[in-house]
Amino acid sequence: MTTVRVALPVHLRTLARIEGELPLEVPDRPTIQEVLDALEARYPVLRGTIRDHGTAKRRAFIRYFAAGRDISHEPTDTPLPEAVTSGSDVFQVIGAISGG
Amino acid sequence: MAKVRVLVGTRKGAFVINSDDARRDWQIDGPFFAGWEVMHVAGSPANPDRLYASQWTDWHGQVVQRSDDGGRSWNPVGNEFAYQGEAGTHQWYDGTPHPWDFKRVWHFEPDPSDPETVYAGVEDAALFRSTDGGATWQELAGLRTHATGQTWQPGAGGLCLHTIILDPSQPGRIYVAISAAGAFRSDDGGESWKVATGGLRSEFLPDPEAQIGHCVHRIVMHPSRPETLFMQKHWDVCRSDDAGETWREVSGNLPSDFGFPIAVHAHDPDTIYVVPIKSDSEHYPPDGKLRVYRSRGGGTEWEALTNGLPQENCYVNVLRDAMAVDSLDSCGIYFGTTGGQVYASADSGDSWQAIAEHLPPVLSVEVQTIE
Repeated sequence: MTTVRVALPVHLRTLARIEGELPLEVPDRPTIQEVLDALEARYPVLRGTIRDHGTAKRRAFIRYFAAGRDISHEPTDTPLPEAVTSGSDVFQVIGAISGG
Repeated sequence: MAKVRVLVGTRKGAFVINSDDARRDWQIDGPFFAGWEVMHVAGSPANPDRLYASQWTDWHGQVVQRSDDGGRSWNPVGNEFAYQGEAGTHQWYDGTPHPWDFKRVWHFEPDPSDPETVYAGVEDAALFRSTDGGATWQELAGLRTHATGQTWQPGAGGLCLHTIILDPSQPGRIYVAISAAGAFRSDDGGESWKVATGGLRSEFLPDPEAQIGHCVHRIVMHPSRPETLFMQKHWDVCRSDDAGETWREVSGNLPSDFGFPIAVHAHDPDTIYVVPIKSDSEHYPPDGKLRVYRSRGGGTEWEALTNGLPQENCYVNVLRDAMAVDSLDSCGIYFGTTGGQVYASADSGDSWQAIAEHLPPVLSVEVQTIE
């Protein structure tokens, strides 16, 4: 197992009662899906708020970034970049910009 | 001493407004779930401290919150609303088939006797029920799979199931209303459903008297006379005296029969309230005057209630779930506006005061009378 750093939008941090950046234990060489699975396993309240229930499809107003790169449209079994798995960079879940 | 608790859902959070039974001084708590749309907050009649709130945004979808202490603290419960079986399609705005897709909960209707049981009306239109305090949700799929389901089309607000009435006199009888499919009744606890739109007429439909397609905005019932229902439709205020089999128009002398909410007095099943809105595109009161209209005879003859309400330059709307009554001896009437005001009357509508004036746009108002 290894630890990656995860940054969530403010409303999800509030919902899950997370302060700041989240250190998250995940399998070695984790994929996008494995990080999100680990996140939802630790914080079940986040189920359905990033990915849809059932289909696990990324919600329309959500994007994933890692090491400065948009990986939202990569297959979810894509391993995260070395910079993220080594802990030097962060896996970001980002909401579309707008206040509604 | 009795208390009144007003549960307000807004575009940017929920508020809980409390008063004693004098209803003069109000304390506003909130916002809860700040930044999220709160479609509806409802309390259990069996345990008034048990509340359910529908929290939603386009970004993060649906969250259901539950309080067990009257709204002081909240915890998220289950938010998975899975259609039963192959969901299929309904009609889109252009008439093409469109996959059924869960978006959000518009309305919670807690069971009158069991705080753990609560019904949820959702978009795309379906009825769900939880029997474990909101932890899990099961669809009552007989409604969505009704023979007419594939022909249902959304209104501008979406294909939403916004009204749920549990008949207190007849176990298993449920009414629901869907924009813009119409009204339906079940007599077997939601297993099977029949269309309840006989006599409705909607001029915007190619066949104005079609079974399906009426944009029902709200239905209410007084528990002492459960065969009688009152409806605010897209246009027209209507009444049924045979459990929704047939309806007749009772708009009478209203300045406009367009509107969203309708409410019935707690102690007089013939006294009803609406808020006329100018038109289906001009969503504000006629003449810039915010007037609640009251009928003491179950419709047709209406009187304007204006004392304490703005009578010039008022261009707010009152949404379908944003009007409610308390059950104190002198019945209180409450409604919220898209301008962020919540108005209350402690004398059946004769006079009004603003109990909140600067909230985000109000989506829903419920009232609990706590003895």
